[in-house]
Amino acid sequence: MSLLHRPHVSPEHVTRVRHLLMAIRGDKLALFALLIFVFYCLVALLAPLLSPYDVNSTDFMDLENAELAPYWQTGDSRFLLGTDTQGRDLLSVILYGTRLSLTIGVCAVLIQVLLGVSIGLLSGYIGGRLDAFLMRVADIQLSFSTMMVAIVVLAIFQTMFGNAAYQQLAMLMLILVLGIAEWPIFARTVRACVFAEKEKEYVDAARILGVSKLHIMLRHILPNTVSPILVILTIQIANAIVAEAALSFLGLGMPPSQPSLGALISSGFNYLFSGAWWISVFPSVTLILLIFVMNLLGDWLRDHLNPQEIRG
Amino acid sequence: MSQELVLNAHNLKQHYEVKQGFLKPDATVKAVDGVSFTLEKGKTLAVVGESGCGKSTLGRMLTMIETPTDGQLNFLGEDLLALSKEQQKELRQKIQIIFQNPYGSLNPRKKIGSILEEPLVINTNLSKSERKAKAMEMMSKVGLKPEHYDRYPHMFSGGQRQRIAIARGLMLDPEVIVADEPVSALDVSVQAQVLNLMMDLQQEFGLSYVFISHDLSVVEHIADEVMVMYLGKVVEHGTCEEVFTNPKHPYTQALLSSTPQLSSDKRRQRIKLKGELPSPLNPPSGCAFHGRCQYANDRCRTEGPVLRTTDEAHLIACHAVEENRLTEVSGAA
Repeated sequence: MSLLHRPHVSPEHVTRVRHLLMAIRGDKLALFALLIFVFYCLVALLAPLLSPYDVNSTDFMDLENAELAPYWQTGDSRFLLGTDTQGRDLLSVILYGTRLSLTIGVCAVLIQVLLGVSIGLLSGYIGGRLDAFLMRVADIQLSFSTMMVAIVVLAIFQTMFGNAAYQQLAMLMLILVLGIAEWPIFARTVRACVFAEKEKEYVDAARILGVSKLHIMLRHILPNTVSPILVILTIQIANAIVAEAALSFLGLGMPPSQPSLGALISSGFNYLFSGAWWISVFPSVTLILLIFVMNLLGDWLRDHLNPQEIRG
Repeated sequence: MSQELVLNAHNLKQHYEVKQGFLKPDATVKAVDGVSFTLEKGKTLAVVGESGCGKSTLGRMLTMIETPTDGQLNFLGEDLLALSKEQQKELRQKIQIIFQNPYGSLNPRKKIGSILEEPLVINTNLSKSERKAKAMEMMSKVGLKPEHYDRYPHMFSGGQRQRIAIARGLMLDPEVIVADEPVSALDVSVQAQVLNLMMDLQQEFGLSYVFISHDLSVVEHIADEVMVMYLGKVVEHGTCEEVFTNPKHPYTQALLSSTPQLSSDKRRQRIKLKGELPSPLNPPSGCAFHGRCQYANDRCRTEGPVLRTTDEAHLIACHAVEENRLTEVSGAA
């Protein structure tokens, strides 16, 4: 198996992360994507420090400044990327929107991972009827499209509890809905991996040594399923962000008072042809670039986390 | 010969139910069908036979990865199958296994140190430093260097991996080691090293081996007793010397004649077996071997032979041997 190692990787003490870092240096496109992604993460983390205005202050929204064009068209140095329909500085709103979108994406996928991995492990390792039951539940869950579930749940929630409650709980609801709707993707992958791994002799060896089932699942099998989980994780975060943007665009996601990227695109959409193109275009570019680099990274990870290539 | 008895299997059976499809009735595969043997302390019992004869299933039953469908398994005087789960767990530590494929038997994501210490973490109350000391000691016993402690399995060759697997098996001071083709995945030069290591360790720890193999030259080197299996049944069982110098069962004779020999005077006349191992799903009537046996007659086709003592410590299941039909035909052929 060691023959399959890439020649430039020294065989000693190569951890998964170091292996990846070494490999990514040779791939300019992937490195570029990673840098942009890291940049996005930093921007999301440091949004309160970077943004020129405090989005929570009362004078942030000033209708007198509504729909101002970007700096290079007006020469108005207060608003680099112009303002939106409410007179908010577009740059600040985009920074916070990115933060929101990323947070929702990551948290939703964390729920997916938590549910999916534990169900997949149980299903794959214990097998039998439990497996049949859980996989049928997964089938049912997947037969409803995510968007449909999200639209129905969010719409019902909105009408039942009213707008005020919805504004407060929108983020939590989005995370829960997107998280619960797509756990089967992880569950199926993990289950398939567990089926392959549990036949290997190291699992038998562990059983003979008296290792408990739970310990075998978590300490022996789970670490060997991390690679595919990581790949899906990247793609799923991108998908969750897109789903959130789509829902917000439809008016079922984040409220206009705390706009995510999707809500921003939506709010500027009606003004697109009246000349105020920047309100929709800048958030769109931000969103597209983010999704693009995440998909690039996901593809790259899939190519490089081939379990035969790295062992360790 | 009045040695301490470690393992005593009586009439062990492992039958699997196999679904054959929607309309056909379920079939039974008799992977192991009534195997009995005794194993004395410090001795090696070799189980030989071609692939699919049930020798690995036997090994899995002995280590209790699989529960036999029927039969008794006595370990140090205790009936293992009658014990509670707790007591079983206690005793099964003492029967360890070494697998054929050292690439699959070590978790690729664990360092050697944690592979060796895991049995201690689970079954003992040793402190971290005591565990490390014990792992280090075992590593030096099997010929690994201290710096290997922090490495991953993929950094080792097959022979070294097998040493690691042996070390892991020995961490809990077992009485019996089931070695399931432990060297057949290794280079010939490395095979000898690992075999010699196993024999040294046997002396040092007073281990008993159940050595499963299809390689007769290896078996001749290591075994005290040899048990030949065919389609889930024992066809011949005797001391190593007896079986190798004086094989009685036609199947054993064919097996032995297939082993390459360097010196021409040791070479046996090659007996070529026709056909393949019959499917255990649909075993032949009578003696399972009759379809490939040159001595088979009508009795062999209808009536299954029973394992019988011919002379001291040599058991054979064959009608032809009982009736002394062997010499006639082989003279004619």
